[in-house]
Amino acid sequence: MPEYFWPAADDRRLLGTRIDRLDGPVKVAGAAVYTYDLDLPDLLYARILHCPHGAARITKLDVSKARAMPGVEALRVIHEAGSEVRWAGAEIVLLAATDERIAGDALAAIEVEYEVLPFFVDGEDVEGAPQKEDAGGETQGDPDGAMAGAAVRHAGYYGIPQVAHSCLEPHGQVCRWDSADEMTAWCSTQAVSALPNQFAERLGVPAANVRVICQYIGGGFGSKFSVDRWGIECAELARAAGKPVKLLLEREWELTIAGDRPSAYARIELGADAAGHVVAWRSRSWGTGGLGGSGSPPLPYVFSVPNRAHQHTSVPTNTAGSRAWRAPNHPQACFLTLSALDDLAAALGMDPVEMLRRNLALTGRLEPIYRQELKVADELMGWSRRWRPRPERSQVGRWKDAPVLHGLGVSVHTWGGRGHRSNCELSIHPDGSVEVKLASQDLGTGTRTAIAIVVAETLGLAVKDVKVSIGDTRYPPSGGSGGSTTIGGVSGSTRRAAQNAVEELFARAAPELDAEPGELEVRVGYFGVRGDAGRRLSWKQVAALVGPSPLTVTGVNPGPGPLNDSGVGGVQMAEVAVDVETGIVRVEKMVAVQDCGLIVDLETAESQVYGGLTMGISYALSEEKILDPATGRMLNVDYESYKLAGLGDVGELVVHMMTGPGFDDRPVIGLGEPPVISPGAALANAVANALGVRVPHLPLTPERVLDALDRALTAGKEEA
Amino acid sequence: MTDEKKRDEEHGLSRRSFLRGSAAAGLAPLLAGGVAAAQEAAEEGVRSEAGATVLGPGPVPVKLRINGEVKALRLEPRVTLLDALRQDVGLTGAKRVCDRGTCGACTVLVDGDPVYACSLLAVAAQGQEIETVESLGSAVLGGAVALHPLQAAFVRNDAQQCGFCTPGFVVAAKALLDRNPSPTPDEVVDGLSGNFCRCGTYAGIEATMAEMAAKAKGGGDA
Repeated sequence: MPEYFWPAADDRRLLGTRIDRLDGPVKVAGAAVYTYDLDLPDLLYARILHCPHGAARITKLDVSKARAMPGVEALRVIHEAGSEVRWAGAEIVLLAATDERIAGDALAAIEVEYEVLPFFVDGEDVEGAPQKEDAGGETQGDPDGAMAGAAVRHAGYYGIPQVAHSCLEPHGQVCRWDSADEMTAWCSTQAVSALPNQFAERLGVPAANVRVICQYIGGGFGSKFSVDRWGIECAELARAAGKPVKLLLEREWELTIAGDRPSAYARIELGADAAGHVVAWRSRSWGTGGLGGSGSPPLPYVFSVPNRAHQHTSVPTNTAGSRAWRAPNHPQACFLTLSALDDLAAALGMDPVEMLRRNLALTGRLEPIYRQELKVADELMGWSRRWRPRPERSQVGRWKDAPVLHGLGVSVHTWGGRGHRSNCELSIHPDGSVEVKLASQDLGTGTRTAIAIVVAETLGLAVKDVKVSIGDTRYPPSGGSGGSTTIGGVSGSTRRAAQNAVEELFARAAPELDAEPGELEVRVGYFGVRGDAGRRLSWKQVAALVGPSPLTVTGVNPGPGPLNDSGVGGVQMAEVAVDVETGIVRVEKMVAVQDCGLIVDLETAESQVYGGLTMGISYALSEEKILDPATGRMLNVDYESYKLAGLGDVGELVVHMMTGPGFDDRPVIGLGEPPVISPGAALANAVANALGVRVPHLPLTPERVLDALDRALTAGKEEA
Repeated sequence: MTDEKKRDEEHGLSRRSFLRGSAAAGLAPLLAGGVAAAQEAAEEGVRSEAGATVLGPGPVPVKLRINGEVKALRLEPRVTLLDALRQDVGLTGAKRVCDRGTCGACTVLVDGDPVYACSLLAVAAQGQEIETVESLGSAVLGGAVALHPLQAAFVRNDAQQCGFCTPGFVVAAKALLDRNPSPTPDEVVDGLSGNFCRCGTYAGIEATMAEMAAKAKGGGDA
């Protein structure tokens, strides 16, 4: 077995360059067929009757009219009369019909009555919650003593709400039974290889008989790892009807039950010495992720304050469970921590960038990364030149001449991102064509393209020469795409397979070149003897040596190994303009400086960071699941009221990927999560810098901005 | 006269007018004046009532001119243009995301104007020129690619990630460039404000439009 390695900077031909994504053309042409687009002969369309109450007992359920409607071919009752359901959106009945409209008519013909039961949906109200669960905590050093001895102290209350993943392609699948115990499922999923077993357990068939396919997925963001209840029921409807069934959630229910990042609220106290070194941290935090718990944000985030105590409480609420949302727990922990640190810097009268610098020793091995990234971000934002302290509190309300105020904010973040386990199979055909197969999936991150780049780089080919086949359980299994694990996983398995292929090809080519395998090298388009321009074989000649059948090798990324690493930093800075009359926050500019080890494709890597910034701006400014205490339902279940950032909301975005020593000489590290962590804190800090007043809760809506200004004015009058 | 009313008068009923009408009249059949195809077809589902042509509620013949080709379909009058394209014609480039005229993922051109296909009934789209993203260019993964220059610019600037919103953006961008070949950044924001993306590809879309605008100004290869 060869020694596996990534080429050094001087030896990289494709790695780290800008390469257009391979599936770009089919996407812009509208030719990429997503699960939602799939059509099959005799396809039935399924719909779901969802519980409209926060909790209810079903007192009457009569599906006879629906079942009897022409065109309805299968119907399954999930909750019979007499049973209780515990969240709005819970599935009561599913049915499949020959077209969607008939399915909708049939749903309307179901007679169902409910007795509403008590429910609780306000996850911020930890005092009023009927249930609470200790979700962990930690105490280090002497937080009380250190707090008492601190030169400067700050106490604040901060909050970040539940948000919806809001995948534009909703959750769902098409299921088709190919025989009594064999099924094919086209799923909108982040975990192709993991789904057969999930289906099999619930359907009573061997996992080996379940084929899962996902060529394109219209967004996942952490919410699409499970077959979910509706996946199993779709399969059951298809089995009952003897025809393929398509079931994708309607938008209202996609937003309600298929996407939820847990909320987090925290009372935080922290103290620093006179030089700005943070010496003490105490926090009590809580949040909700529905019935399934809220996770536990790691507090304090990034900075291991020497004397610290934190405790987190999970508040169960009557909503569908939370799902991993890009960088689970980190956006919450980052917003809470970096907001509090920013307020402490203001209390110290210190530039927050300077305060972060003075505390970098608390970030452990990330210290040199942050130090360099802060320097780059400072230059790109013009921070040192342009930063001004927050206006004095006494200035609040005296803005007749300048109703639009500008401010700068900063945040830092971290993430692991080590490659997952991945298997791939690489075939060299005698005609020189190359195919690589793995049951990974491309979420729009550029996975296909990265795989092709690694193979092409290793074999001396062009990216277009490599056929990449993914998204099908007929290929070797690869991990789910979550937690920024995919790029490390698939690049690792693919590089290993390609290096294995090179070794085998060297063995075959060496006798032809009258050389030892160890004397050979891969060059663009040919294999040759090192230092001898006269002895070489073109790629076609090399490939012809594999014989009548293709040479097939495998590559396994075992997880940790020489080809991938874990642990990135990341610095973001935001500039905002806040209209103090309307409360509207405008993003003027954001700067993201990010490392991710060796970059495979610079173009799609930058896109990940642009995307993280954009999604971050969206949740920082406007996203929040609003749950109705009267009905238990999510109220803003359409895009007029669940606001996603648009083209005009993002301002100027500047992305800088760190390369060079200490950065891209590290192996590959994932990138999907890190850039989405900091925007909430960076933007909230910029607003505080503009106003001289903290808006303590995301999203930074006009209402919250004006409320914060009002509170400051009232407090100012009381003090006067 | 609002654009919507004007369209109604010219082409039948918009989905909004239909919903308004059906709310007022319970489940009364669709009153569709000016639907040419309906008049020639004294078939099931089409009749005359009080001087107006009444369609439905069952399937009625519908003729749609899509990407230059006439498609003869039988559709319930309540079927949207989007669903007709996706489920009956097999053109799935336009996506169904919000299904209520907010997100732009279903954008198609109707007589050259960008229209939310989810918000127009198929019966009301008769007699008009419907162009979908599929009319602009074609591509096969790893195979033949024949893209419109705008689509090629989307690829070069990586203006797509998951790609689900992308066809809608491409069509909306095409409509904008047809009206204004070299839009300023502000005009791009304005012209594409009816579409959104979840993955966050706006920077790439802005770069795409800047490239197209520069090309148009240069009058050739920029």
